Amino acid sequence: MKLLSLTAVELGKKIKARQVTAEEAVREALCAIEQKEAQVHSFVTVDQEGAIKRAREVQKGIANGSLTSPLAGVPVAIKDNLCTQGMLTTCGSNMLHNFIPTYTAQAVRNLERAGAVILGKTNMDEFAMGSTTETSAFGATKNPWNLDHVPGGSSGGSCAAVAAEEVPYALGSDTGGSIRQPSAFCGVTGLKPTYGTVSRYGLIAYGSSLDQVGPIAKDVTDCAAVLEVLASHDQKDSTSMKREDTDFTAALKDDVRGMRIGIPRDYLGDGLEDDVKTAVLAAADALKQQGAMVEQFDLRLVEYAIPAYYVIAAAEASSNLERYDGVKYGYRAQDDQGLHQMYKKTRSQGFGAEVKRRIMLGSFVLSSGYYDAYYLKALRTKALIKQAFDEAFEKYDLILGPVAPAPAPKLGESLCDPLKMYLGDIYTVSVNLAGLPAISVPCGVDAKGLPIGLQLIGDCFQEKKIIQAAYAYQQIRRYQRSPLAQRGEII
Amino acid sequence: MEKKQTEAGKNVITDEIMEYVGILAKLELSVEEKQAAKKDMERILDYVGKLNQLDTSGVEPMSDIFSVSNVFREDQVEHKDGAEDALANAPKRRGQAFVVPRTVDL
Repeated sequence: MKLLSLTAVELGKKIKARQVTAEEAVREALCAIEQKEAQVHSFVTVDQEGAIKRAREVQKGIANGSLTSPLAGVPVAIKDNLCTQGMLTTCGSNMLHNFIPTYTAQAVRNLERAGAVILGKTNMDEFAMGSTTETSAFGATKNPWNLDHVPGGSSGGSCAAVAAEEVPYALGSDTGGSIRQPSAFCGVTGLKPTYGTVSRYGLIAYGSSLDQVGPIAKDVTDCAAVLEVLASHDQKDSTSMKREDTDFTAALKDDVRGMRIGIPRDYLGDGLEDDVKTAVLAAADALKQQGAMVEQFDLRLVEYAIPAYYVIAAAEASSNLERYDGVKYGYRAQDDQGLHQMYKKTRSQGFGAEVKRRIMLGSFVLSSGYYDAYYLKALRTKALIKQAFDEAFEKYDLILGPVAPAPAPKLGESLCDPLKMYLGDIYTVSVNLAGLPAISVPCGVDAKGLPIGLQLIGDCFQEKKIIQAAYAYQQIRRYQRSPLAQRGEII
Repeated sequence: MEKKQTEAGKNVITDEIMEYVGILAKLELSVEEKQAAKKDMERILDYVGKLNQLDTSGVEPMSDIFSVSNVFREDQVEHKDGAEDALANAPKRRGQAFVVPRTVDL
């Protein structure tokens, strides 16, 4: 398992230098998947034949000089809510258990153009609704650090696949923390870009005003290299931004001197586990010793982020998920009592409990009589939260804090109390409401040996600042491999 | 449809509201599911009620962060005819059509 302990960029270099072929890399990844899937279950679909065939094609492209990206020939796993033409795309739901997209998501196309080799599709919470990957219709993914614990969610499959060294990097999506939180739980690095940086074309919609696609990898160097490929202006996504500053790898500099970093006091308050607090503050100290200016401050309105988020996300979800009616694709209930009965039965049987809960809540907050009191109220709150961040970024280059209040819970502990599960999103959801970029980098382990994540949040379009600070931090604290990744070598 | 509140200000979701939301959401829940959903919704709404502590008078609702205006492009056909691929996903098809239960009584 030597190749898979490398980062994506390191592996890409070896492939470019002809020390390894793309096919060898793919075969080693497929071998790792075969060894570890029974334990970790990161994947919904593994495309063995397709990946090998593609690796050979890519190798030709590398040989004839048409593929020059640092990612050419490097295998990747894609979260199963990104459409891949001709490859099963389930969104973790029975509703799409047999859905074969007729087109490929723009983010994935950008990777393909750079010569990426897609290994398969990773497990996720159903329609990205959940924080544990346990709401997947295809079974839970396990945490490679401790198989009794969840990997986080909703991009739990992508993060577990990277941490288990089944694949060097993966794509995830983040609506309320779905890249950052599982990255923290699995001890890997995950970046949620500024809203509009990566095209959402072909990303199966959950909360359209919040969803962003982003990279998950061992370190920030990989994340920057992947984001550089992912970012593009796309006419097929009307919220896609035209950005000139997407040379993210230029920000990989070991220098935080003079950088102003603020830690919101409310991010260190009640509910935060001691181990997490200690690790996060130690990371802040490390950056301070490298020359950053670090202080605590009052970020207003922290307590209102979760209620505003769940109203907005549920509202958008109820609208986005109306399309699943059993007519043109996906699951259809058997029914001979007419069209409306078919719709209802299809949806009631095809969706799982958490998805139904959010559709019901969303339908309620958008219904006449409650629209103003809940939905518009949440949008007004969002405006104020955005304002609070704007004020903070007048004083600071970065906001630093934990990703989640605690490390990964045990399997089976979270779903019985949805509200409690929602409260775990306190440090991540406001970033989506305000459209900000943020990264999760590993910063320690708790007493049980479970990883802890450090979150760095930047102002809109300031990915480079978070990349630079994360890079500087990772020069101090190097990547640590999960027990499952290391166990692969003993076998 | 009015939702009720207990004396302690807790939300009470009536069966009528659940019925109405079920129609909007096009979901048919079993009796147990309905009971559970009702309880969940009450708890979540109690929690979301926290937003009422916040004075938002005079604040415009913000849907887009970057105040995006309409985005136009030329209406050019870029796709090839994908009918066969799309129909391949049909739960039920006949020729070039998706088959659904009867919708109009003749």
